[in-house]
Amino acid sequence: MENQRVEPVIQFALLDDLLNLARANSLWPMTFGLACCAIEMMAAGAARFDLDRFGAGVFRPSPRQSDVMIVAGTIAKKMAPAIQMLWDQMPNPKWCIAMGNCAISGGPFEYDGQYAIVPGADLIVPVDVYVPGCPPRPEGLIQGILALEDKITKGEDRNLLRRFQRMGGAS
Amino acid sequence: MTEAVTNTGGDWLRLIVGLILVLIFSQLNALFLVWLERKVAGHIQLRYGPMEVGPHGLLQTIVDGIKLVGKELITPFKADKKLFVIAPVLVFMPVLVPFLVLPFGPELIIRDMNVGLLLIFAFSTFSVLAILVGGWASNNKYALLGAIRSVAQNVAYEIPLLLSVMSVVLMVHSFKFSELVMAQQRIWFIFLQPVAAIIYFICATAETNRAPFDIPEAESELVAGFHTEYSGMRFGLFFLAEYTNMFIVCAVATSLFLGGWHGPFGFSLGIPGVVWFLAKTYFLLFVLMWFRWTFPRVRFDQLMNFSWKVLIPLSMLNLLVTALVLKFV
Repeated sequence: MENQRVEPVIQFALLDDLLNLARANSLWPMTFGLACCAIEMMAAGAARFDLDRFGAGVFRPSPRQSDVMIVAGTIAKKMAPAIQMLWDQMPNPKWCIAMGNCAISGGPFEYDGQYAIVPGADLIVPVDVYVPGCPPRPEGLIQGILALEDKITKGEDRNLLRRFQRMGGAS
Repeated sequence: MTEAVTNTGGDWLRLIVGLILVLIFSQLNALFLVWLERKVAGHIQLRYGPMEVGPHGLLQTIVDGIKLVGKELITPFKADKKLFVIAPVLVFMPVLVPFLVLPFGPELIIRDMNVGLLLIFAFSTFSVLAILVGGWASNNKYALLGAIRSVAQNVAYEIPLLLSVMSVVLMVHSFKFSELVMAQQRIWFIFLQPVAAIIYFICATAETNRAPFDIPEAESELVAGFHTEYSGMRFGLFFLAEYTNMFIVCAVATSLFLGGWHGPFGFSLGIPGVVWFLAKTYFLLFVLMWFRWTFPRVRFDQLMNFSWKVLIPLSMLNLLVTALVLKFV
């Protein structure tokens, strides 16, 4: 699926920047996990890694209140319609992170003649950030979320609110 | 209500200035409480909570608010459009009214009505109605179930709440906040009425739908409860109302049981009354958050049984004993 996003007709430069700054620093993920990657996602939200430091720790149970969907795990063919529906239920603006090799390309379950899984979250929803790993460590997910923040603010140096800057942060 | 009849120009000015102050205070208070909740949650779970946005994450809730304003407002296709839109307003409106009678300090009561206490309970019951409206209008089974649970729970816990408050009112013979607080100049009522104080605080936790009594929005069963279908700032209003409600029940607990603006045992230590009042209220708010991140959620039947079989008989007994002691001792 093409990563298509409709640009608004009227743009307010300063207001947009302000809104984007707010959006980037308050990414509420959806409470939603598919497989073993979800365990690493939970670890990222718990002590030691603590996603809440970046304002991304408010895991909302309802798609209506969440901003980012973390597709964490293998997408079974039966699960794909549910994921699509959850994505459609989220209000704009919304983002998607494909976490782990299964969500990126099917991972170890993708081979000739397989019939069970959807090889890649980008086949059903537009993905913004890919976090590779099998499963990725919590630091990986945090880096993915930071990369998403940079994507929203169009560059790490424009994220004036966040105190923490990554080393040599290539955005 | 003789004060309400004899309105003068100065009184109107006092009311308008008070309303503006209440609006500002309730918003700032809700923003601060959400931040505090996340920090308390973080520290209880051995993490930091918001750290990156502003010093110790102080700007986090402001950023969240701006983001919520910028979100798309979704009205579900099959929802009852009118009710769905007014429910968040309806839930936030009544929580502002109790501020008019809350005794922040000896001179800091916007309007010291002689039915102050009744007014607070009348209006805090109002928000349950708004929750029911929101849950019903969403046309979503989880929202409706959450709303039904909320109503059942609030009806059950309103009774012991009022009964425990009545035993204090019996001692003072007044619903007026200034008199209720003045009666505690020597000794706080928590020492004279410990059972009523404990029952009141348990019921207040349930009334504000806080954990361990947060079954109306039990995430493991009901997605997000009554606000499942609400997005953006409509959800934000539900959130703000919950935190403002928390402040109100804690402020009432402070003025009924913890001596309001008085220091302990008549020693004010030169600290102004409003500081005493706010310090005690925020301590109680911290206790509410402490509850939330310490206790697991109770089951629905346990919750109802606890109210009907334990709290109501106990608070009735307490009321009876209070009446007898006042009559014969």
